[in-house]
Amino acid sequence: MTSPSQATKPGADTPGPEDGGLSSTRAAKNGNDLVGRSPGQLMWMRFKRDRVGVISACIVLAFFAMAALAPVISKLYGKDAYTRYGQQAPVGELLNDNSYPVKPNGGMSSEFWFGIEPGLGRDVFMQLVFGIRTSLSLAVAITILSVLTAIVIGVAGGYFGGRVDYFLGRLTDLMMSFPNQLFFVAFTPVIMALFVDPQDEMPTWMRACVLIYVMWLLGWMTLARLLRGQTLSLREREFIEAAKVAGTPPVRIIRKELLPNLVTPILVQSTYMLPNFVTAIAGLSFLGVGMPEPVPDWGRMFAKGAEVYQSDITYMFFPGGAMVIFILAFNLLGDSVRDAFDPKAGR
Amino acid sequence: MLRFLIRRSLGAVVILLIISAVTFFLFYAVPRDPAMLACGKNCTPDSLAVIRKNMGIDEPIPVQYWHFMVGIVAGRTFAQGDCPAPCFGYSFANQDPVWETILDRFPTTVSLTLGGAAVFLFIGLGAGMIAAWKKGTIIDKAFSSFSLVLSSMQIYFIGPLVLALVVYNMELLDQPKYVPLTQDPGGWFMGLLIPWCVVQIIFTANYTRLSRSSLIEQLQEDHVRTARAKGMSSRYVFFRYAWRGSLIPIVTIFGVDLGSLFGGAMITEWTFSLPGLGTLAVKSVQNTDLPMVMGVMLFAATFIILFNIIVDAAYAFIDPRVRLS
Repeated sequence: MTSPSQATKPGADTPGPEDGGLSSTRAAKNGNDLVGRSPGQLMWMRFKRDRVGVISACIVLAFFAMAALAPVISKLYGKDAYTRYGQQAPVGELLNDNSYPVKPNGGMSSEFWFGIEPGLGRDVFMQLVFGIRTSLSLAVAITILSVLTAIVIGVAGGYFGGRVDYFLGRLTDLMMSFPNQLFFVAFTPVIMALFVDPQDEMPTWMRACVLIYVMWLLGWMTLARLLRGQTLSLREREFIEAAKVAGTPPVRIIRKELLPNLVTPILVQSTYMLPNFVTAIAGLSFLGVGMPEPVPDWGRMFAKGAEVYQSDITYMFFPGGAMVIFILAFNLLGDSVRDAFDPKAGR
Repeated sequence: MLRFLIRRSLGAVVILLIISAVTFFLFYAVPRDPAMLACGKNCTPDSLAVIRKNMGIDEPIPVQYWHFMVGIVAGRTFAQGDCPAPCFGYSFANQDPVWETILDRFPTTVSLTLGGAAVFLFIGLGAGMIAAWKKGTIIDKAFSSFSLVLSSMQIYFIGPLVLALVVYNMELLDQPKYVPLTQDPGGWFMGLLIPWCVVQIIFTANYTRLSRSSLIEQLQEDHVRTARAKGMSSRYVFFRYAWRGSLIPIVTIFGVDLGSLFGGAMITEWTFSLPGLGTLAVKSVQNTDLPMVMGVMLFAATFIILFNIIVDAAYAFIDPRVRLS
């Protein structure tokens, strides 16, 4: 609202402060050599110049597109993630007596691009695409929830200070001292038992909810701490004071003055959080407490891969390679986003 | 220093009490029938009755919690017999005492985590140091990009891959296993070599990057410039002045990473089927063996918090500014 760059924005309807108005008229006279740009525009310009960042952004977007368009891909490819092609075909055609693919390299062929899953005989390519879809939807949900929680807790603690801050700070400390991976493994079944009797079969969507809930519970602390620190220093700045003096209600100050200044840490941190959640979910599935069978899952492919790697190592390479590419691209993207927002904070 | 330690220890006790209460109440209080949950999928009325009796389910939850906590401090008597001082109860799955099982599994996890930490600190700090020393050269770039790729690897992917390559294909090493250090140091080392190298991959890259950037930052500090201006050799300045200062953020991150180090150990143990606390936790969770999960949870949390205090003390040791304030 009162950020200096907006005051110099050309073509603003309301007459800005004296110098701002002058500079914009001067800019108009001299042609294009002096253009007012919002921080967002500056960031976008810097980001576009970063070749590594753009490439990794494309890769990340490709993964998300693949996840979103999984049903379309399935239709074009002509197979789905559930059908047990290997078991339907006569023994010896796709799978041999020991339920391993007959063809070399995990049964890769023009028909089954990434081969056939040993045992159940499902199509690996479809497993992977739909598995990525499952993992990414979970991770996106967890990231959004964690970021929102972190904003509420961090900003409230930093802005209101005093007893609220003390209480929220201790809560953050407490949550941080939980051994989180152990917590995930131990609590996922317990919380599942809260909703459904362990004797009954649990609906898939509920399992997904429990996973999201457990990860969210221990996912917000780092960002909350960061935002609290930022808010604490922003609170003392003049523009906040001015807003306070003008009688702006706290909610409006937080929404209109504070939050726009917190976009950078939020965006940068979420690009680090999301891949972490993806690997954590995959780790849970690997340990056997993630999404249950028939649902295709990225992490469970690793569990399967670890079972069969002695006879069919190819199976492991597709989920593994995809994961390495995804995490690498996401990490590089995170660095680029950070550099674009804050060129001073170089590596 | 002493006051700091006392204050931190008291804080740790409070946190552990809260963790135990949260864990206990979640495990025993919220599910509609804890015995049913503990009993799992293949439940018979007999085993249900046994579990109910052992859990003391007829009592109100706070009383149960009280008994549990008293049991840890003073021991208690169960249907299976007397359970001496740090009593965490008996496993539902195989009626083993929880405490003894944990003590039995503990050395494996300690060997794995400490050895892994030694590997990633050595490689990470060393690579970061060389990269900072040769800043901007091809060595620096190679180290940085290599560590980036490495940081995208996952234990559950690399573990089986290394096994397939080193153990089954090239037959360089045996299948990883745990041999007590006191029994056979050589076997201990060789058995854990692969797990160490695998558990470190998720950490090394981070430490390389961190130690590189913090060293570069330190090299621009005033005290380093002054030391140079006094005519000290650059090697002396590098190690005695800059390197020491660069350790501060690393120690902080190391304290934060302890929890994930345990998590990494859990996945590593599971991958190589080493008999550690992580395998115990996962197995117990799969069997819904609540006393065991509860025990491992509290034990691991205690250790992580304890190590955090040690790390904070080390922090004060390295950074005089912390010591004085």
